[in-house]
Amino acid sequence: MSITLGAVVKGGSSLDYKTGSWRDQRPVIHEDLCKACGQCEMVCPDTAVYVVDDVYIIDYDYCKGCGLCAYECPADAIEMVPEEK
Amino acid sequence: MSIPQIARHEALFTSGHRACHGCGMALAVRHILKATGKNVIVVTPTGCLETFSSPYGYSPWQVPWIHHLFENGPSVASGVAAALKAQGQDSVRVLVIAGDGSTFDIGFGAISGMLERGDDVFYICVDNGAYMNTGGQRSGATPMFAATTTHPPGKESLGKTQMMKDLPAIVAAHGTPYVATASVAYLKDLQKKVKRAMKFHGPRYLQIDTPCPSGWGFPPDRTLEIGRMGVDCGLVPIFEMEDGKITSMRKIKKKIQVTDYLKAQARFKHLFADKRGQAEIVNIQAIADRSIENYDLIRRSSKE
Amino acid sequence: MSHIQVVEGSEAVAFAVKACRPQVISAYPISPQTHIVERLAKMMADGELKTEYVRVESEFSAASVISGASAAASRSYTASSSQGLLLMTEVLYASAGLRLPFVITGVNRAVSAPISIQVDHQDAISLRDSGVIQFYVESSQEAYDTHIAAFKVAEERRILLPVMVCMDGWILTHSYERVSFMEQEEVDGFLPPFQPVNFLDVNDPKAWGSYAEDDVLMEFKYAIHEAMQYGKGRIKEIFSELAGITGRDHGGLIEAYKTEGAEVILMAMGSMVGTVKDAIDEFRSQGKKVGLVKIRCYRPFPFEDIWGVIKDTKIVAVMEANFSMGSEGAVGMDLKAKLCGRSDAPLVLDFIAGLGGREVNKGTIDQIVQKAEEVAKSGLSLQESYWVDLNSAILQ
Repeated sequence: MSITLGAVVKGGSSLDYKTGSWRDQRPVIHEDLCKACGQCEMVCPDTAVYVVDDVYIIDYDYCKGCGLCAYECPADAIEMVPEEK
Repeated sequence: MSIPQIARHEALFTSGHRACHGCGMALAVRHILKATGKNVIVVTPTGCLETFSSPYGYSPWQVPWIHHLFENGPSVASGVAAALKAQGQDSVRVLVIAGDGSTFDIGFGAISGMLERGDDVFYICVDNGAYMNTGGQRSGATPMFAATTTHPPGKESLGKTQMMKDLPAIVAAHGTPYVATASVAYLKDLQKKVKRAMKFHGPRYLQIDTPCPSGWGFPPDRTLEIGRMGVDCGLVPIFEMEDGKITSMRKIKKKIQVTDYLKAQARFKHLFADKRGQAEIVNIQAIADRSIENYDLIRRSSKE
Repeated sequence: MSHIQVVEGSEAVAFAVKACRPQVISAYPISPQTHIVERLAKMMADGELKTEYVRVESEFSAASVISGASAAASRSYTASSSQGLLLMTEVLYASAGLRLPFVITGVNRAVSAPISIQVDHQDAISLRDSGVIQFYVESSQEAYDTHIAAFKVAEERRILLPVMVCMDGWILTHSYERVSFMEQEEVDGFLPPFQPVNFLDVNDPKAWGSYAEDDVLMEFKYAIHEAMQYGKGRIKEIFSELAGITGRDHGGLIEAYKTEGAEVILMAMGSMVGTVKDAIDEFRSQGKKVGLVKIRCYRPFPFEDIWGVIKDTKIVAVMEANFSMGSEGAVGMDLKAKLCGRSDAPLVLDFIAGLGGREVNKGTIDQIVQKAEEVAKSGLSLQESYWVDLNSAILQ
């Protein structure tokens, strides 16, 4: 990567680094149990939960597998499963 | 179903940052920027937040952001605010988002100057109770008897002997118009307070309890749970002050003993190892009780 | 059409700064710079200067405020001395690395301990590694003109570094001289509004202050050095452009004074240059071939220009009011480093004079020239710096 003037970096460039590679477990949202309350999206430190067409989905490119979404889900709709390597 | 890239660019603090999994600080920053919107310039001094959000070439900040040094967050922010004022840019506001090491210790003089001058800067301290970026050394914000690497427990020590510095009171003593505390356990409350602070001009201060799974020693999915326990035992009072008067406080619905909070974190496990620690837990409980009394934190039943 | 006033040196600087229309000024007092920031404050209070004036709680913050302001696209300024400059050290290094331009007046004063408020150059010299461009002036007029040039140098798009204009405390700041001021339109024509390459912009969010791994750090630092090297030529152009407007040509990166055929060339900077020039006039009238290289720009170090003047002389006697403890005077070291290995290099002798405000007068210069001639005649070289007028009787 070449240098920039004063090491100034473009905003949002962290998206080039996929932190999903850090995971050793991944959250799986069970749609049939999901009440669409939005808690999972709220509590993710990595902005790795999105609502697409009213369905909550995990952004596995960046999800680090911390498990906060699963722990905080009031409907127990998220299950942490071991990451397959 | 895939996530449209444009959605990733909507988040003002987006993915790809290098925070530990379960990081309370990263979560807090997401919600701070959700509440402020994009017309802010953020100054972050050296610390966890700065380091995990700025390896060269990778920035999650989709607002203009500057890291200068460790001890000058407030003064750099004062300079940015002065520039914006000189340029007549009323709609762009200035935030400092800083850790406790910078806020409580090395940048303390600079904060006092900024507050005393009345500069239009909203200072937010994301507090994880130690110099976590460098491995967990003790800061003025470290709670009493927490283990840190520079004040570790041992045969002749139980960890930090001093209480946590009362930064909100010190800030309020400067006549700061808005002073508040918050926790990542209550994210909507956090956002509400950020929005409230943005309505003021002049200096404002918000201190956010941001539990740290790596540093405090708890599983990464318990960040909010630990935050709730800190609030419910009284050690982390959540309140707002405007012009020196308390205008809101979060009442504890069901008080818990400090032991429950301390047992859940490895940084306090030495207190349960022998009689010395058990004796000191009483002192921690006393701090919590005093805090509950001072801030009137227990919800009184309507039947009383 | 300019006008002339008899003003205190500090006041001349304040007028220069005012004319450059800084949007942010930060101020923290320290003798002997304080008159500058006080004068600016009074101008503001009387509505003569529109700026955001931030009264900070330390010099660390003074430099930090103007760094933030620069990053947010405002031209900014502060002044300090001695302990204050040293307190700013970290900020100056960081702002040079982040390529944040601003101007700071370094009113030179000795460095504690023991504490002294008298003049020497130890303070600014201590910052020579930082990436901050340093100019040294001989007179209040030169201070006025150089400050105006300094903003243009700092903001030059291929430079973008902090610039420190160094002027001797008390001798220049607190003495009165006739100073010729430029008209505001002339300054505005010479110095257009600040146009940063990057700035903190909500419409184009960027991040300043990333951390750099070992695969890029060296290149970032090299870029600062490259900017300074480029600066050598551009600074001369800017000085020349200003001289064309004012009719006052103080020289380029150096000034060569009566160096033609000189057998001994003195090298100095700051207000002592005035005394040296008088001494040289006297020497020359006596038939002694002595000349002076006055250093106007110390960083970047103008070796090429210096070489052009000294290459035919026998001895260069550097006289400087600073010392790198455990080694030698800084300017002497800079020169000797560049000459090392050249078989045609003149002998370089390093003289330490004027620390803590000790007077540098004709007698001092006589001593230096005499010593230089002695050493040259004996064929020996002077390995250690020679501390002029050192009172051995009071040493323990």
